[in-house]
Amino acid sequence: MKVLVPIKRVIDYNVKVRVNPDHSNVDLANTKMAINPFCEIAIEEAVRLKEAGIATEIIAISIGDKSCQEQLRTALALGADRAIQIETDESLDSLNIAKLLQKVVEEEQPQLVILGKQSIDSDNNQTGQMLAALTGMPQGTFASEVKVDGDKVNVTREVDGGLQTITLNLPAIVTTDLRLNEPRYASLPNIMKAKRKPLVVKPAADFGIDLTARTKLLKVTPPAQRQAGIIVKSIDELVEKLKNEAKVIS
Amino acid sequence: MSILVYVEHDNSTLKAETLKTVAAAQAIGGDITLLVAGFNCQSVVDDAAKVNGVNKVLVADNVVYQHQLAENISLLVTELASDFEHILATALTTGKNFMPRVAAVLDVAQISDIIAVESSDTFVRPIYAGNAIATVQSLDNKKVITVRTTGFDAVATDGNAEVVSLDIVTDAGTSSHVNDVLTVSERPDLGAADVVISGGRGMQNGDNFKLLDGIADKLGAAIGASRAAVDAGFVPNDMQVGQTGKIVAPDLYIAVGISGAIQHLAGMKDSKVIVAINKDPDAPIFQVADYGLVADLFDALPELESKL
Repeated sequence: MKVLVPIKRVIDYNVKVRVNPDHSNVDLANTKMAINPFCEIAIEEAVRLKEAGIATEIIAISIGDKSCQEQLRTALALGADRAIQIETDESLDSLNIAKLLQKVVEEEQPQLVILGKQSIDSDNNQTGQMLAALTGMPQGTFASEVKVDGDKVNVTREVDGGLQTITLNLPAIVTTDLRLNEPRYASLPNIMKAKRKPLVVKPAADFGIDLTARTKLLKVTPPAQRQAGIIVKSIDELVEKLKNEAKVIS
Repeated sequence: MSILVYVEHDNSTLKAETLKTVAAAQAIGGDITLLVAGFNCQSVVDDAAKVNGVNKVLVADNVVYQHQLAENISLLVTELASDFEHILATALTTGKNFMPRVAAVLDVAQISDIIAVESSDTFVRPIYAGNAIATVQSLDNKKVITVRTTGFDAVATDGNAEVVSLDIVTDAGTSSHVNDVLTVSERPDLGAADVVISGGRGMQNGDNFKLLDGIADKLGAAIGASRAAVDAGFVPNDMQVGQTGKIVAPDLYIAVGISGAIQHLAGMKDSKVIVAINKDPDAPIFQVADYGLVADLFDALPELESKL
Protein backbone atom coordinates (compact mmCIF):
# COMPACT_ATOMS: atom_id res chain seq x y z
CA MET A 1 0.00 0.00 0.00
CA LYS A 2 0.98 3.57 -0.65
CA VAL A 3 1.86 5.82 2.29
CA LEU A 4 1.89 9.60 2.08
CA VAL A 5 4.00 11.52 4.59
CA PRO A 6 3.58 15.32 4.68
CA ILE A 7 6.53 17.03 6.36
CA LYS A 8 7.29 20.57 7.48
CA ARG A 9 10.52 22.58 7.53
CA VAL A 10 10.84 24.28 10.92
CA ILE A 11 13.46 25.84 13.15
CA ASP A 12 15.78 23.21 14.60
CA TYR A 13 14.45 22.24 18.00
CA ASN A 14 17.80 22.99 19.65
CA VAL A 15 17.81 26.61 18.53
CA LYS A 16 16.61 29.27 20.92
CA VAL A 17 13.80 31.32 19.39
CA ARG A 18 14.13 35.11 19.31
CA VAL A 19 11.34 37.58 18.69
CA ASN A 20 11.95 40.39 16.16
CA PRO A 21 12.54 43.82 17.73
CA ASP A 22 9.45 45.17 15.91
CA HIS A 23 7.35 42.30 17.33
CA SER A 24 6.19 41.29 13.85
CA ASN A 25 7.25 37.66 14.18
CA VAL A 26 10.12 35.49 15.36
CA ASP A 27 13.52 36.02 13.77
CA LEU A 28 14.38 33.07 11.54
CA ALA A 29 17.15 34.76 9.51
CA ASN A 30 20.25 32.56 9.32
CA THR A 31 18.64 30.06 11.67
CA LYS A 32 19.34 26.36 11.46
CA MET A 33 16.28 24.61 10.04
CA ALA A 34 15.29 20.95 10.16
CA ILE A 35 12.44 18.52 9.62
CA ASN A 36 9.81 19.02 12.32
CA PRO A 37 10.61 16.28 14.90
CA PHE A 38 7.09 14.82 14.81
CA CYS A 39 7.30 14.65 11.00
CA GLU A 40 10.58 12.78 11.29
CA ILE A 41 8.79 10.19 13.42
CA ALA A 42 6.13 9.98 10.70
CA ILE A 43 8.78 9.20 8.06
CA GLU A 44 10.36 6.59 10.31
CA GLU A 45 7.00 4.89 10.86
CA ALA A 46 6.37 4.76 7.12
CA VAL A 47 9.84 3.31 6.51
CA ARG A 48 9.24 0.65 9.16
CA LEU A 49 5.94 -0.26 7.50
CA LYS A 50 7.82 -0.67 4.23
CA GLU A 51 10.52 -2.79 5.87
CA ALA A 52 7.75 -4.95 7.32
CA GLY A 53 6.41 -5.52 3.80
CA ILE A 54 3.19 -3.59 4.45
CA ALA A 55 3.93 -0.31 2.69
CA THR A 56 4.99 -0.54 -0.94
CA GLU A 57 5.73 3.10 -1.70
CA ILE A 58 6.42 6.13 0.48
CA ILE A 59 5.78 9.62 -0.86
CA ALA A 60 7.10 12.57 1.12
CA ILE A 61 5.46 15.93 0.51
CA SER A 62 6.21 19.42 1.75
CA ILE A 63 4.58 22.79 1.11
CA GLY A 64 6.78 25.86 1.03
CA ASP A 65 9.46 27.69 -0.89
CA LYS A 66 12.44 26.02 -2.54
CA SER A 67 14.26 25.65 0.78
CA CYS A 68 11.95 22.84 1.91
CA GLN A 69 13.53 20.63 -0.78
CA GLU A 70 16.36 20.20 1.72
CA GLN A 71 13.95 18.48 4.13
CA LEU A 72 12.42 16.43 1.29
CA ARG A 73 15.92 15.20 0.36
CA THR A 74 16.40 14.18 3.98
CA ALA A 75 13.11 12.28 3.85
CA LEU A 76 14.31 10.55 0.68
CA ALA A 77 17.58 9.66 2.42
CA LEU A 78 15.62 8.22 5.33
CA GLY A 79 13.70 5.91 3.00
CA ALA A 80 10.96 7.77 1.13
CA ASP A 81 10.76 6.67 -2.52
CA ARG A 82 9.81 9.97 -4.09
CA ALA A 83 8.97 13.50 -3.08
CA ILE A 84 6.56 16.28 -4.00
CA GLN A 85 7.12 19.96 -3.23
CA ILE A 86 4.09 22.21 -3.49
CA GLU A 87 5.74 25.53 -4.11
CA THR A 88 4.55 28.71 -2.43
CA ASP A 89 6.27 31.67 -0.81
CA GLU A 90 3.30 32.28 1.47
CA SER A 91 3.05 30.96 5.01
CA LEU A 92 -0.26 29.12 4.80
CA ASP A 93 -2.86 28.42 7.50
CA SER A 94 -3.31 24.76 8.47
CA LEU A 95 -6.66 24.69 6.67
CA ASN A 96 -5.10 25.73 3.36
CA ILE A 97 -2.29 23.22 3.84
CA ALA A 98 -4.92 20.54 4.45
CA LYS A 99 -6.80 21.57 1.30
CA LEU A 100 -3.66 21.23 -0.81
CA LEU A 101 -2.90 17.86 0.76
CA GLN A 102 -6.49 16.78 0.07
CA LYS A 103 -5.85 17.29 -3.66
CA VAL A 104 -2.69 15.21 -3.47
CA VAL A 105 -4.56 12.47 -1.58
CA GLU A 106 -7.21 12.43 -4.32
CA GLU A 107 -4.53 12.08 -6.95
CA GLU A 108 -2.23 9.60 -5.23
CA GLN A 109 -4.88 7.55 -3.36
CA PRO A 110 -2.66 6.54 -0.43
CA GLN A 111 -4.07 4.00 2.03
CA LEU A 112 -2.36 5.71 4.91
CA VAL A 113 -1.30 9.31 5.51
CA ILE A 114 1.09 9.73 8.42
CA LEU A 115 1.74 13.23 9.76
CA GLY A 116 3.38 14.72 12.83
CA LYS A 117 0.80 15.65 15.46
CA GLN A 118 1.98 19.25 15.45
CA SER A 119 4.82 21.43 14.24
CA ILE A 120 7.11 22.91 16.84
CA ASP A 121 6.83 26.41 15.36
CA SER A 122 3.13 27.26 15.17
CA ASP A 123 2.13 24.48 17.63
CA ASN A 124 -1.31 24.27 16.05
CA ASN A 125 -1.98 20.53 16.10
CA GLN A 126 -4.57 20.79 13.29
CA THR A 127 -3.42 19.68 9.85
CA GLY A 128 -3.86 15.91 10.23
CA GLN A 129 -7.35 16.21 11.67
CA MET A 130 -8.36 18.77 9.04
CA LEU A 131 -7.08 16.55 6.24
CA ALA A 132 -9.03 13.66 7.75
CA ALA A 133 -12.23 15.70 7.77
CA LEU A 134 -11.74 16.98 4.20
CA THR A 135 -11.05 13.50 2.84
CA GLY A 136 -13.71 11.86 5.01
CA MET A 137 -11.11 9.55 6.50
CA PRO A 138 -10.99 8.34 10.11
CA GLN A 139 -8.08 9.50 12.21
CA GLY A 140 -5.76 8.12 14.85
CA THR A 141 -4.09 11.12 16.41
CA PHE A 142 -1.19 11.22 18.91
CA ALA A 143 -0.24 7.64 17.99
CA SER A 144 2.18 5.62 20.09
CA GLU A 145 1.57 2.37 18.18
CA VAL A 146 0.33 1.67 14.64
CA LYS A 147 -0.62 -1.84 13.51
CA VAL A 148 -2.00 -2.42 10.04
CA ASP A 149 -4.35 -5.40 9.94
CA GLY A 150 -5.84 -6.14 6.52
CA ASP A 151 -8.14 -3.29 5.54
CA LYS A 152 -7.99 -1.78 9.02
CA VAL A 153 -5.38 -0.13 11.19
CA ASN A 154 -5.23 -0.29 14.98
CA VAL A 155 -3.87 2.87 16.52
CA THR A 156 -2.90 3.24 20.16
CA ARG A 157 -3.21 6.89 21.16
CA GLU A 158 -1.66 8.90 23.98
CA VAL A 159 -4.64 10.44 25.76
CA ASP A 160 -5.04 12.29 29.05
CA GLY A 161 -4.70 9.67 31.76
CA GLY A 162 -3.22 6.87 29.66
CA LEU A 163 -3.62 5.08 26.35
CA GLN A 164 -6.59 4.47 24.07
CA THR A 165 -6.68 1.97 21.23
CA ILE A 166 -9.03 2.46 18.29
CA THR A 167 -9.61 0.67 15.00
CA LEU A 168 -9.86 2.67 11.79
CA ASN A 169 -11.03 1.62 8.35
CA LEU A 170 -8.37 2.23 5.68
CA PRO A 171 -7.67 4.64 4.12
CA ALA A 172 -6.90 6.52 7.31
CA ILE A 173 -4.91 9.38 8.80
CA VAL A 174 -2.40 8.85 11.60
CA THR A 175 -0.63 11.60 13.51
CA THR A 176 2.47 10.75 15.48
CA ASP A 177 3.34 11.29 19.11
CA LEU A 178 6.88 11.19 20.46
CA ARG A 179 6.96 7.62 21.64
CA LEU A 180 5.84 6.03 18.38
CA ASN A 181 9.45 5.28 17.40
CA GLU A 182 12.98 6.60 17.47
CA PRO A 183 13.91 7.91 14.04
CA ARG A 184 17.12 6.61 12.46
CA TYR A 185 19.88 8.74 11.03
CA ALA A 186 20.38 8.85 7.29
CA SER A 187 23.50 6.95 6.22
CA LEU A 188 25.96 8.56 3.81
CA PRO A 189 25.23 6.11 0.96
CA ASN A 190 21.50 6.78 1.41
CA ILE A 191 22.08 10.53 1.35
CA MET A 192 23.94 10.09 -1.95
CA LYS A 193 21.18 7.84 -3.33
CA ALA A 194 18.52 10.35 -2.28
CA LYS A 195 19.95 12.91 -4.68
CA ARG A 196 18.82 10.73 -7.58
CA LYS A 197 15.34 9.97 -6.29
CA PRO A 198 12.47 11.83 -8.01
CA LEU A 199 11.36 15.17 -6.57
CA VAL A 200 8.50 16.86 -8.38
CA VAL A 201 7.72 20.56 -7.92
CA LYS A 202 4.13 21.76 -8.34
CA PRO A 203 3.15 25.41 -7.91
CA ALA A 204 0.44 25.86 -5.26
CA ALA A 205 -1.46 28.13 -7.65
CA ASP A 206 -2.01 25.16 -10.01
CA PHE A 207 -4.31 23.44 -7.53
CA GLY A 208 -7.18 25.87 -8.03
CA ILE A 209 -7.72 26.46 -4.33
CA ASP A 210 -8.44 29.81 -2.72
CA LEU A 211 -5.44 30.13 -0.41
CA THR A 212 -6.44 33.44 1.17
CA ALA A 213 -5.27 33.66 4.78
CA ARG A 214 -7.99 33.12 7.38
CA THR A 215 -6.01 34.52 10.25
CA LYS A 216 -3.87 37.59 10.73
CA LEU A 217 -0.83 37.63 12.95
CA LEU A 218 -1.05 40.98 14.74
CA LYS A 219 2.06 40.74 16.88
CA VAL A 220 4.54 38.39 18.48
CA THR A 221 6.08 39.17 21.86
CA PRO A 222 8.55 37.39 24.10
CA PRO A 223 6.90 35.56 27.01
CA ALA A 224 6.78 37.29 30.37
CA GLN A 225 9.98 36.47 32.19
CA ARG A 226 9.69 35.00 35.64
CA GLN A 227 11.85 36.69 38.19
CA ALA A 228 14.20 34.32 39.92
CA GLY A 229 13.25 34.09 43.55
CA ILE A 230 15.38 33.34 46.56
CA ILE A 231 17.49 30.42 47.64
CA VAL A 232 16.36 29.09 50.99
CA LYS A 233 18.87 27.46 53.31
CA SER A 234 16.79 24.72 54.83
CA ILE A 235 13.56 22.78 54.63
CA ASP A 236 12.39 24.67 57.72
CA GLU A 237 12.84 27.99 55.94
CA LEU A 238 11.13 26.63 52.82
CA VAL A 239 8.08 25.43 54.74
CA GLU A 240 7.92 28.73 56.66
CA LYS A 241 8.02 30.75 53.41
CA LEU A 242 5.38 28.61 51.74
CA LYS A 243 3.10 29.01 54.74
CA ASN A 244 3.58 32.66 55.63
CA GLU A 245 4.94 34.44 52.56
CA ALA A 246 3.49 32.59 49.56
CA LYS A 247 0.53 31.30 51.57
CA VAL A 248 0.13 28.27 49.33
CA ILE A 249 0.14 25.67 52.10
CA SER A 250 -1.43 25.72 55.52
CA MET B 1 -23.33 36.46 20.24
CA SER B 2 -23.78 32.78 20.95
CA ILE B 3 -20.99 30.52 22.13
CA LEU B 4 -20.97 26.73 22.23
CA VAL B 5 -18.61 25.10 24.73
CA TYR B 6 -17.84 21.40 24.45
CA VAL B 7 -17.77 19.67 27.85
CA GLU B 8 -14.81 17.39 28.57
CA HIS B 9 -15.87 14.39 30.64
CA ASP B 10 -15.53 10.64 31.08
CA ASN B 11 -19.29 9.89 31.12
CA SER B 12 -19.32 10.18 34.91
CA THR B 13 -17.77 13.50 35.89
CA LEU B 14 -17.29 16.85 34.20
CA LYS B 15 -13.60 17.65 33.93
CA ALA B 16 -12.71 20.71 35.97
CA GLU B 17 -10.82 22.20 33.01
CA THR B 18 -14.18 22.82 31.32
CA LEU B 19 -14.91 25.45 33.98
CA LYS B 20 -11.89 27.40 32.72
CA THR B 21 -13.01 27.09 29.11
CA VAL B 22 -16.33 28.59 30.18
CA ALA B 23 -14.33 31.46 31.69
CA ALA B 24 -12.75 31.99 28.27
CA ALA B 25 -16.23 32.01 26.75
CA GLN B 26 -17.29 34.67 29.28
CA ALA B 27 -14.26 36.75 28.31
CA ILE B 28 -15.48 36.64 24.69
CA GLY B 29 -18.96 37.56 25.89
CA GLY B 30 -22.34 36.20 24.82
CA ASP B 31 -24.92 33.52 25.52
CA ILE B 32 -23.09 30.36 26.53
CA THR B 33 -24.43 26.91 25.68
CA LEU B 34 -22.70 23.72 26.83
CA LEU B 35 -22.70 20.50 24.84
CA VAL B 36 -22.45 17.17 26.66
CA ALA B 37 -21.91 14.32 24.22
CA GLY B 38 -21.49 10.89 25.74
CA PHE B 39 -23.31 7.75 26.77
CA ASN B 40 -25.12 7.21 30.07
CA CYS B 41 -23.69 10.55 31.11
CA GLN B 42 -26.53 11.97 33.22
CA SER B 43 -24.19 12.81 36.11
CA VAL B 44 -22.12 14.95 33.73
CA VAL B 45 -25.29 16.70 32.59
CA ASP B 46 -26.17 17.39 36.25
CA ASP B 47 -22.71 18.91 36.77
CA ALA B 48 -22.96 20.92 33.55
CA ALA B 49 -26.30 22.47 34.51
CA LYS B 50 -24.64 23.93 37.62
CA VAL B 51 -21.85 25.72 35.75
CA ASN B 52 -22.17 29.47 36.25
CA GLY B 53 -22.93 31.77 33.36
CA VAL B 54 -24.45 29.05 31.19
CA ASN B 55 -27.87 29.46 29.57
CA LYS B 56 -28.46 26.02 28.23
CA VAL B 57 -26.98 22.52 28.27
CA LEU B 58 -27.43 20.45 25.12
CA VAL B 59 -27.23 16.71 25.69
CA ALA B 60 -26.45 14.06 23.09
CA ASP B 61 -26.59 10.80 25.05
CA ASN B 62 -26.06 7.92 22.68
CA VAL B 63 -23.79 4.91 22.39
CA VAL B 64 -22.12 6.43 19.30
CA TYR B 65 -20.67 9.16 21.55
CA GLN B 66 -19.53 6.83 24.34
CA HIS B 67 -15.82 7.09 23.53
CA GLN B 68 -16.06 10.56 21.98
CA LEU B 69 -14.54 9.38 18.72
CA ALA B 70 -13.44 12.38 16.69
CA GLU B 71 -15.36 11.29 13.58
CA ASN B 72 -18.73 11.11 15.36
CA ILE B 73 -18.31 14.08 17.69
CA SER B 74 -17.15 16.40 14.90
CA LEU B 75 -20.24 15.53 12.85
CA LEU B 76 -22.46 16.32 15.83
CA VAL B 77 -20.78 19.66 16.53
CA THR B 78 -20.88 20.73 12.87
CA GLU B 79 -24.61 19.99 12.80
CA LEU B 80 -25.10 22.33 15.73
CA ALA B 81 -22.69 24.97 14.47
CA SER B 82 -25.11 27.16 12.56
CA ASP B 83 -26.53 28.58 15.82
CA PHE B 84 -23.18 29.78 17.15
CA GLU B 85 -20.51 32.35 16.27
CA HIS B 86 -17.92 30.78 18.55
CA ILE B 87 -17.28 27.12 19.22
CA LEU B 88 -14.90 26.38 22.08
CA ALA B 89 -13.34 23.22 23.42
CA THR B 90 -10.70 22.62 26.02
CA ALA B 91 -7.22 21.92 24.66
CA LEU B 92 -7.13 18.42 26.15
CA THR B 93 -6.89 15.22 24.15
CA THR B 94 -10.58 15.09 23.20
CA GLY B 95 -10.86 18.72 22.11
CA LYS B 96 -7.51 18.67 20.31
CA ASN B 97 -8.63 15.53 18.51
CA PHE B 98 -12.01 16.52 17.08
CA MET B 99 -12.03 20.34 16.85
CA PRO B 100 -9.84 20.73 13.73
CA ARG B 101 -12.29 18.41 11.94
CA VAL B 102 -15.09 20.79 12.89
CA ALA B 103 -13.11 23.77 11.61
CA ALA B 104 -12.30 22.03 8.31
CA VAL B 105 -15.91 21.04 7.67
CA LEU B 106 -17.08 24.57 8.47
CA ASP B 107 -14.29 25.88 6.21
CA VAL B 108 -12.79 28.13 8.87
CA ALA B 109 -9.41 28.34 10.56
CA GLN B 110 -8.97 27.03 14.08
CA ILE B 111 -7.28 29.13 16.72
CA SER B 112 -5.54 26.61 18.98
CA ASP B 113 -4.55 26.85 22.61
CA ILE B 114 -5.63 30.39 23.42
CA ILE B 115 -4.41 31.77 26.75
CA ALA B 116 -6.17 35.16 26.62
CA VAL B 117 -9.03 36.88 24.82
CA GLU B 118 -8.38 40.35 23.40
CA SER B 119 -11.74 40.74 21.68
CA SER B 120 -14.37 38.55 20.07
CA ASP B 121 -12.08 37.88 17.09
CA THR B 122 -8.58 38.38 18.52
CA PHE B 123 -6.82 35.92 20.78
CA VAL B 124 -3.45 35.33 22.40
CA ARG B 125 -1.69 31.99 22.07
CA PRO B 126 1.78 30.62 22.73
CA ILE B 127 3.90 29.52 19.77
CA TYR B 128 7.35 27.91 19.64
CA ALA B 129 6.59 25.98 22.83
CA GLY B 130 5.79 29.16 24.70
CA ASN B 131 9.04 30.89 23.70
CA ALA B 132 6.96 33.48 21.85
CA ILE B 133 3.43 34.75 22.38
CA ALA B 134 1.32 35.50 19.30
CA THR B 135 -1.72 37.74 19.05
CA VAL B 136 -3.90 36.37 16.27
CA GLN B 137 -7.01 37.76 14.63
CA SER B 138 -9.52 35.40 13.06
CA LEU B 139 -10.86 36.68 9.74
CA ASP B 140 -13.60 34.04 9.54
CA ASN B 141 -17.16 34.81 10.60
CA LYS B 142 -17.24 31.67 12.73
CA LYS B 143 -14.52 31.04 15.28
CA VAL B 144 -13.37 27.55 16.21
CA ILE B 145 -11.14 27.76 19.28
CA THR B 146 -9.38 25.46 21.71
CA VAL B 147 -8.58 26.88 25.12
CA ARG B 148 -5.45 26.24 27.14
CA THR B 149 -6.85 26.23 30.62
CA THR B 150 -3.79 27.63 32.36
CA GLY B 151 -4.77 31.09 31.12
CA PHE B 152 -8.19 31.24 32.77
CA ASP B 153 -9.67 30.90 36.26
CA ALA B 154 -12.48 28.38 36.73
CA VAL B 155 -16.03 29.70 36.97
CA ALA B 156 -18.17 28.75 39.97
CA THR B 157 -20.71 25.92 39.95
CA ASP B 158 -23.83 27.27 41.60
CA GLY B 159 -25.84 27.93 38.46
CA ASN B 160 -28.99 26.31 37.17
CA ALA B 161 -29.12 26.05 33.38
CA GLU B 162 -31.88 24.62 31.24
CA VAL B 163 -31.18 21.10 29.93
CA VAL B 164 -32.22 20.20 26.39
CA SER B 165 -31.92 16.68 24.99
CA LEU B 166 -30.87 16.33 21.37
CA ASP B 167 -32.03 13.47 19.23
CA ILE B 168 -29.23 13.86 16.69
CA VAL B 169 -27.23 10.67 16.15
CA THR B 170 -24.15 11.09 13.99
CA ASP B 171 -22.22 7.89 13.31
CA ALA B 172 -19.47 8.11 10.70
CA GLY B 173 -19.00 4.36 10.88
CA THR B 174 -15.32 4.58 10.01
CA SER B 175 -13.75 4.07 13.43
CA SER B 176 -14.38 2.05 16.53
CA HIS B 177 -13.07 1.94 20.05
CA VAL B 178 -11.02 -1.06 21.20
CA ASN B 179 -9.94 -0.26 24.75
CA ASP B 180 -8.60 2.29 27.18
CA VAL B 181 -5.65 1.62 29.44
CA LEU B 182 -5.88 4.41 31.96
CA THR B 183 -3.68 5.03 34.95
CA VAL B 184 -5.72 4.52 38.10
CA SER B 185 -4.86 7.03 40.78
CA GLU B 186 -6.41 8.31 43.98
CA ARG B 187 -4.68 11.61 43.41
CA PRO B 188 -6.12 14.63 41.60
CA ASP B 189 -5.58 14.98 37.85
CA LEU B 190 -2.37 16.75 36.90
CA GLY B 191 -4.30 19.33 34.91
CA ALA B 192 -6.70 20.15 37.73
CA ALA B 193 -4.55 19.86 40.87
CA ASP B 194 -3.83 22.93 43.04
CA VAL B 195 -0.46 21.47 43.93
CA VAL B 196 1.86 19.45 41.69
CA ILE B 197 5.09 17.78 42.73
CA SER B 198 7.25 16.49 39.89
CA GLY B 199 10.39 14.39 39.77
CA GLY B 200 13.12 14.46 37.16
CA ARG B 201 16.15 12.47 36.16
CA GLY B 202 17.61 13.22 39.60
CA MET B 203 15.15 10.72 41.07
CA GLN B 204 17.47 8.05 39.58
CA ASN B 205 14.79 5.35 39.19
CA GLY B 206 11.06 4.70 39.27
CA ASP B 207 11.09 3.30 42.82
CA ASN B 208 12.40 6.57 44.20
CA PHE B 209 9.24 8.34 42.97
CA LYS B 210 7.66 6.79 46.10
CA LEU B 211 9.54 9.50 48.01
CA LEU B 212 7.09 11.97 46.48
CA ASP B 213 4.01 10.03 47.60
CA GLY B 214 3.96 11.11 51.24
CA ILE B 215 4.41 14.76 50.35
CA ALA B 216 1.74 14.53 47.68
CA ASP B 217 -0.62 12.94 50.20
CA LYS B 218 -0.07 15.72 52.72
CA LEU B 219 -0.53 18.48 50.14
CA GLY B 220 -3.30 16.83 48.11
CA ALA B 221 -0.95 17.09 45.17
CA ALA B 222 -0.77 15.41 41.80
CA ILE B 223 2.54 13.79 40.87
CA GLY B 224 4.25 14.69 37.61
CA ALA B 225 7.57 14.06 35.93
CA SER B 226 9.95 15.65 33.47
CA ARG B 227 10.43 14.22 30.01
CA ALA B 228 13.89 13.04 31.05
CA ALA B 229 12.31 10.90 33.77
CA VAL B 230 9.74 9.52 31.33
CA ASP B 231 12.33 8.82 28.62
CA ALA B 232 14.50 7.05 31.20
CA GLY B 233 11.53 4.76 31.89
CA PHE B 234 11.08 5.80 35.53
CA VAL B 235 7.37 6.60 35.13
CA PRO B 236 4.67 6.42 32.43
CA ASN B 237 4.23 9.18 29.87
CA ASP B 238 0.88 10.38 31.14
CA MET B 239 2.78 11.89 34.10
CA GLN B 240 4.88 14.07 31.83
CA VAL B 241 4.77 17.82 32.38
CA GLY B 242 6.19 19.88 29.53
CA GLN B 243 5.90 20.97 25.96
CA THR B 244 5.14 17.45 24.78
CA GLY B 245 3.24 16.46 27.91
CA LYS B 246 0.75 18.22 30.14
CA ILE B 247 0.71 21.98 30.57
CA VAL B 248 -0.04 22.81 34.20
CA ALA B 249 -0.36 26.00 36.22
CA PRO B 250 -1.13 25.02 39.82
CA ASP B 251 -0.90 27.32 42.84
CA LEU B 252 2.22 25.46 43.92
CA TYR B 253 4.63 23.50 41.72
CA ILE B 254 7.48 21.62 43.35
CA ALA B 255 10.24 20.47 40.95
CA VAL B 256 12.48 17.82 42.45
CA GLY B 257 15.68 16.72 40.73
CA ILE B 258 14.60 18.54 37.56
CA SER B 259 17.27 20.60 35.82
CA GLY B 260 14.76 22.84 34.04
CA ALA B 261 15.09 22.19 30.32
CA ILE B 262 13.12 24.66 28.15
CA GLN B 263 10.81 21.81 27.23
CA HIS B 264 9.87 21.26 30.88
CA LEU B 265 9.57 24.96 31.69
CA ALA B 266 7.07 25.29 28.83
CA GLY B 267 4.77 23.01 30.79
CA MET B 268 4.88 24.63 34.24
CA LYS B 269 6.23 28.18 34.17
CA ASP B 270 2.77 29.71 34.60
CA SER B 271 2.43 28.11 38.04
CA LYS B 272 1.76 30.68 40.74
CA VAL B 273 4.57 29.58 43.06
CA ILE B 274 7.46 27.39 41.96
CA VAL B 275 9.74 25.53 44.33
CA ALA B 276 12.88 23.81 43.06
CA ILE B 277 14.92 21.26 44.93
CA ASN B 278 18.14 20.33 43.17
CA LYS B 279 21.67 19.58 44.25
CA ASP B 280 23.17 21.50 41.31
CA PRO B 281 23.17 25.21 42.23
CA ASP B 282 23.57 26.13 38.54
CA ALA B 283 20.49 24.22 37.38
CA PRO B 284 18.34 26.49 35.17
CA ILE B 285 15.25 25.58 37.17
CA PHE B 286 16.45 28.00 39.88
CA GLN B 287 16.07 30.89 37.42
CA VAL B 288 12.29 30.43 37.39
CA ALA B 289 11.80 29.21 40.96
CA ASP B 290 10.36 31.47 43.64
CA TYR B 291 12.02 29.34 46.28
CA GLY B 292 15.09 27.26 45.56
CA LEU B 293 16.73 24.74 47.85
CA VAL B 294 20.14 23.43 46.91
CA ALA B 295 20.12 20.01 48.49
CA ASP B 296 20.31 16.29 47.83
CA LEU B 297 16.72 15.28 47.22
CA PHE B 298 17.22 12.02 49.12
CA ASP B 299 17.81 14.05 52.28
CA ALA B 300 15.38 16.85 51.50
CA LEU B 301 12.27 14.85 50.59
CA PRO B 302 11.93 12.83 53.83
CA GLU B 303 12.56 15.98 55.85
CA LEU B 304 10.00 17.96 53.86
CA GLU B 305 7.43 15.21 54.34
CA SER B 306 8.01 15.17 58.09
CA LYS B 307 7.66 18.95 58.41
CA LEU B 308 4.48 19.46 56.43
